[in-house]
Amino acid sequence: MSLSQEQVKKIAYLARLNVQEEDLGIYARTLSDILDFVEQMDGVDTEGVEPMAHPLELSQRLRSDAPTESDQRAHFQRIAPAVEDGLYLVPKVIE
Amino acid sequence: MEWETVIGLEIHAQLSTKSKIFSGASTAYGAEPNTQACAVDLGLPGVLPVLNREVVRMAAKFGLAIGAPIAPRSIFARKNYFYPDLPKGYQISQYELPVVGRGQVEIELEDGATRTIGVTRAHLEEDAGKSLHEDYHGMTGVDLNRAGTPLLEIVSEPDMRCAREAVAYMKKIHALVRYLEICDGNMQEGSFRCDANVSIRRKGTDKLGTRAEIKNLNSFRFLERAINYEVERQIDILEGGGAVVQETRLFDPDKGETRSMRSKEEANDYRYFPDPDLLPLDIQADFIEQVRASLPELPDEKKHRFMNEYGLSAYDAGVLTASREMAEYFEQVAAALSGQAKLAANWVMGELTGALNRENREIGNSPVSAKALGGLLLRIQDNTISGKIAKEVFEAMWAGEGDADQVIERKGLKQITDTGAIEQVIDQVIAENPSQLEQYRSGKDKLFGFFVGQVMKRTGGKANPAQVNELLKQKLS
Amino acid sequence: MHDKTIAELATALRGGEVSSVELTEHYLRRIESLDGCLNSLITVTAEQALETARAADDARVRGEAGPLTGVPIVHKDIFCTQGVRTSCASRMLDNFISPYDAGVVERFKAAGCPVLGKTNMDEFAMGSSNETSFYGPVNNPWDTERVPGGSSGGSAAAVAARLAPGATGTDTGGSIRQPAALTGITGLKPTYGRVSRWGMIAFASSLDQGGPMARTAEDCGLMLNVMAGFDARDSTSLERPAEDFNACLNSTLRGLKIGLPREFFGEGMDPGVARVINEAIDFYRKLGAEFVDVDLPHSGLSVPVYYVVAPAECSSNLARFDGVRYGHRCEAPKDLMDLYMRSRGEGFGAEVQRRIMVGTYALSAGYFDAYYLKAQKIRRLIADDFRNAFEQVDVILAPATPTTAFRLGEKTADPVTMYLSDIYTIAVNLAGLPAMSLPAGFAEGLPVGMQLIGNYFDEARLLGVAHQYQMGTEWHQMAPAGFE
Repeated sequence: MSLSQEQVKKIAYLARLNVQEEDLGIYARTLSDILDFVEQMDGVDTEGVEPMAHPLELSQRLRSDAPTESDQRAHFQRIAPAVEDGLYLVPKVIE
Repeated sequence: MEWETVIGLEIHAQLSTKSKIFSGASTAYGAEPNTQACAVDLGLPGVLPVLNREVVRMAAKFGLAIGAPIAPRSIFARKNYFYPDLPKGYQISQYELPVVGRGQVEIELEDGATRTIGVTRAHLEEDAGKSLHEDYHGMTGVDLNRAGTPLLEIVSEPDMRCAREAVAYMKKIHALVRYLEICDGNMQEGSFRCDANVSIRRKGTDKLGTRAEIKNLNSFRFLERAINYEVERQIDILEGGGAVVQETRLFDPDKGETRSMRSKEEANDYRYFPDPDLLPLDIQADFIEQVRASLPELPDEKKHRFMNEYGLSAYDAGVLTASREMAEYFEQVAAALSGQAKLAANWVMGELTGALNRENREIGNSPVSAKALGGLLLRIQDNTISGKIAKEVFEAMWAGEGDADQVIERKGLKQITDTGAIEQVIDQVIAENPSQLEQYRSGKDKLFGFFVGQVMKRTGGKANPAQVNELLKQKLS
Repeated sequence: MHDKTIAELATALRGGEVSSVELTEHYLRRIESLDGCLNSLITVTAEQALETARAADDARVRGEAGPLTGVPIVHKDIFCTQGVRTSCASRMLDNFISPYDAGVVERFKAAGCPVLGKTNMDEFAMGSSNETSFYGPVNNPWDTERVPGGSSGGSAAAVAARLAPGATGTDTGGSIRQPAALTGITGLKPTYGRVSRWGMIAFASSLDQGGPMARTAEDCGLMLNVMAGFDARDSTSLERPAEDFNACLNSTLRGLKIGLPREFFGEGMDPGVARVINEAIDFYRKLGAEFVDVDLPHSGLSVPVYYVVAPAECSSNLARFDGVRYGHRCEAPKDLMDLYMRSRGEGFGAEVQRRIMVGTYALSAGYFDAYYLKAQKIRRLIADDFRNAFEQVDVILAPATPTTAFRLGEKTADPVTMYLSDIYTIAVNLAGLPAMSLPAGFAEGLPVGMQLIGNYFDEARLLGVAHQYQMGTEWHQMAPAGFE
């Protein structure tokens, strides 16, 4: 699988990564190498094999419905880049 | 050209748990911004989700109520997209294996006809936060208190053919989740909202047309208006030779229009995959049986019982069971009046509902309790007051002037049933109106009403109308 | 003092030969004078360490000391530490002062271990050489022109150079075992779910597992006794009865069945590494162990499978770093898209961006089945291979890495070549099994690691098998020149 620079741009956009124009070439090459490499998987017959998402065959544990957290806004917002009136600020969202 | 409308709804019901779906933060509404967003809700590095048992119970309740299978194993997946109100950059939802499978509900239309609407599935997911668009120096503020609130997304089949059917379906689901006590149904606070998928096609064809998805409708009226507008818009496009674009649209209630939300459109590739932080949700049969045992009487069952037990019409029974609170109110009133359920039904559906609507109140905070209304209706039943006077008493009770007996006593509204007293008034009226008497006796029957009116006027409306009629007939003949 | 193992230091503290404050000061001095040429620590937390040491000494006076009270350690900078920068070696989190402690950090606090600092690592644990760190590469104390391995390269180098007696690490595809092998120390990746992932910044959630890195198996067991245990905040945490992981240290190896996977002894292994591993096999034979050839037919696909599964999970796990609530935010974003694109583009290094892109691609519409789903299916086949093998044998022995430590910059231009340096470790993560690396000798002056892989929950047996080896060999006692 060979990726073009145009495809790399699209993927980078989907992942919200600002890739510099001059780096597109190197990403196109290395990403293509990686995809070529993982395509070894194609040769394996996986007919009827159940996909494995977790290493252990366990079920989700459930917690009881009780509020256990207290207000820590000031504590959490100390590390925030931009806040006002307790809100996180971002450039204007247009809907 | 005859067009057929096809509508499917995705209803989001906020589950009324105390804590969030994956964290121990409170779900209480109206807190100061970000004071109920804990480390997990904020998506801090290294935090992990743990599922709230109560949301599973609530989802199972809903599934059983619509006759759907509860999945023995369901999977949480991540829906990946970037948005400021989505702290982790993905929403935890269910995709391929939802907790509730296919079920159905029956809706009743205004003409009494019924239709069955299929529910494709219902799945659990977390809500996002809120973007506040007031101006913060040209910036948007983000409040994540709502992030992580549990939602049950209920997806219908495209079974509805007009806006009124869609509204009837949404109302039915609304009643159901409130009966089940899994959602408070508060549409103003956004606890119950829907997205409508609307398309049109030529009558007689099977293939679905291209649909538009109208997002975030939070009232029955908006749903109806948005669909009607959207149908007109699509007809105009198609009849003008154009093509409907598949897109997300927003309803503007002020303008009564839907408009395209281009910002949400670009490159929607959600890259769903199973959330590796959560294990498969396995639901055992005994858990389902426990939930089944806890189910309340559901609206349809209640409606049929009301028809059988109280002899109500299908229409009356339908109105009275539309919400659990209304049904409970009615039953309390009816119990006070052994045997006169129709009187109770008329008052609950008439005076009471009218008064509630006027003040935009819920039945749960009616100033006249079911017990108090029962007390009032008893006084009609035992002839202490007439139905007409009862309305006056009701108004006084509504205004907080006490219970029925206190109001009747204070205002002296007790009905006059003493034959002698009524006869005395009748004699006076006859004596004072000799010409009317003569005309009546010479065959002008219509004047009977005049005499009744005069007698009632003199007694301040308190004379027993049946007795007045009877005595007048005797005296005038 | 710094030549002592954790077990020996604990004894010295118990016997009053040394105080925790003295010990902590000693290691802090070593860090100050020696880490300049290694760069194994991103943040040194001298004040907090001394405060904990004083409290530990007080606790001992009150008779409230536990087994490791007062023994200083270092944490990989992937574990959140409240009030202390937790960078994950990324510019993205260079300014991130964690508001909370990881489960592992809480446990070492409760055990009374002073934390000397946070160790360098590959950015977001993505790398096999510690060269992707925002804070610069870590040098291998055995040869400072060579890499220490990664991603827990800082932890490995610090322990090898005796800057700390023990360190925490995380292992997603070999990130504990590979650097342990390349620096001549002992490292254990526990069964998936043993150690809480709460507060351990996620790379690939279904593979990540924290574990101990120290000089001996016994020390790893002592550390694991502190680290492991159920944590209700982690849905994937195992609920099992408490266990002493050092309970089998002295068990005999007579009759022990050790599997040798044919697939791990093929081409690609350096002859020096092969020689060392064969000597280790001979040693175990002398102790009475039996060797059985086993097949892991799908293990050859573990690297390709891993490089779909891990990037897919990381592409989603790293989406939260968006410059809104914490972490790097670009200067004066002109709109929302610009905020995302530049904050993430500036905050993440090239390898992290590469993996995010691979994962984004593998999960995207039209490619999901061919990449992600296919990889998950082969993942099952790989796990089933181990299941079958463990029906025949008690443990599996293999090399930890195909070569000894490579030169800085040697593999950075070619990601696939770099990825193949984890060829012997990755399958274990896909299956979720416990495994360790321990020093087994040298090839051309550089340490060689032997890998022992156990069945699920079999850490105690693994540590016993390793300990018996270390009782009869001296490889784990060797110190790099200049760091004795």
